[in-house]
Amino acid sequence: MKRSIATSLVFITLLIVFGPGLIWAAGGGEVNEIIVVADTRVVKSGVLKYFADTYNSNIVVFATWSVVLTAVYGVILGVVMDLIMSRTGLDLKSRKIVEH
Amino acid sequence: MDAIQGGSWLYLYMPIAGINIFWPGLVLIGFSVGTIGGFFGMGGAWMVTPGLNILGFPMAFAIGTDMAHIAGKSMISTMRHSKFGNVDYRLGFSMLIGTMIGIECGAQLIMYLERIGNVGSVVRWTYVIFLFLIAWMVFYDYFKARKKAKTGQVGEYGATGITWYVKLHKIKIPPMVHFKVSGFTCSLWLPLGVSFITGVLAGFLGIGGGLLRMPALVYLIGCPTHIAVGTDLFEVMISGLYGAFTYSLKGRIEIVAVFVMLTGAAIGAQIGTVATKYARGYGIRVAFGIAVVCCMFSVILKEFKFDAIAAVVILATIGAICLYIIKIMFQGAAQELRDKKKAQASLLKA
Repeated sequence: MKRSIATSLVFITLLIVFGPGLIWAAGGGEVNEIIVVADTRVVKSGVLKYFADTYNSNIVVFATWSVVLTAVYGVILGVVMDLIMSRTGLDLKSRKIVEH
Repeated sequence: MDAIQGGSWLYLYMPIAGINIFWPGLVLIGFSVGTIGGFFGMGGAWMVTPGLNILGFPMAFAIGTDMAHIAGKSMISTMRHSKFGNVDYRLGFSMLIGTMIGIECGAQLIMYLERIGNVGSVVRWTYVIFLFLIAWMVFYDYFKARKKAKTGQVGEYGATGITWYVKLHKIKIPPMVHFKVSGFTCSLWLPLGVSFITGVLAGFLGIGGGLLRMPALVYLIGCPTHIAVGTDLFEVMISGLYGAFTYSLKGRIEIVAVFVMLTGAAIGAQIGTVATKYARGYGIRVAFGIAVVCCMFSVILKEFKFDAIAAVVILATIGAICLYIIKIMFQGAAQELRDKKKAQASLLKA
């Protein structure tokens, strides 16, 4: 238990220290320092308006929502697709490894 | 704006980027990259970013949106691969550390080059050289394995061509670690070292790294192809989530587009991932080699400012590979269901 906590702490520290470089690299280039403001005047849907408002007022909350919702939506879609795929009758738990 | 007011249902307003986007295009990009990413084990930023750019996203938004989409898509693919037993979490975590340090070193190298001069061309040509080397390695390996198969030199998983990892596994510097899922024991320094080198290259080239890490896992670390695909996706998922966060902080992400793309990617990821079950390791490797060659040509075309042709090359590659994977999946699935029916029928007879 202690070992896994220690590993997690090391991992999180590394993520914080090296993350920005990693992301810069993965993104393929620096982002221009232009301030973008979401135009909430033309947004009618409640959810979209909430996101646009949050984007304008608190970018950290927006970033947190973005990551959490992406992860949650990814898991939901994964589970739903899993249910659908399980009804196809295919064996989705084993496979043979054949290279050639 | 007219699209919203006029009620054109094919266009969706992106509140942050402030543009109307043809949403079926987003679903299609998500689907295609989900299929290809699930099959090859990579994020596919080189495919998504130009696609989003063509649809109308400014480049910075295209990159940020792409990062978040890749994280979600890799999550769906990793879940499926994990059920197949294709993800070696121990190997994934040990490589993650090397990758992160490596990418930071690569990024620092770029900063240094930027200070002394023309970084863009150096990066693009280095990228071309490495893509060429990967493609050469894949095809050389394929033909070597074919030769071996003809002469009857067949191993546990069939004939294999390049086996550099066998020599690398002989390096016994402690700590030695057994990677149960991948089925080998090696010095921990091997995955750390390989991930560091691929990380430096990824950081230097400004890419996610799946394109380099997948062949490195196969040829240098010795993972069976299917496990290399699953483990690489696991790494892409973690780096993608963090990428989504930092790009959101910079305000360059369009969350609505991410969700629309993820919906397409969820279906594509199932097809791509399940297709690996019916594909032989070398089938995956050769298709991967072809994708690498097309990627190389698109980078060369971009270097010579043929941006439109480069985009066409990328889109044509995506379309062709996608169709190939779909064919493998549906043919394999149909065959499996036929076999099952036959087995049930013979059981009933008995």
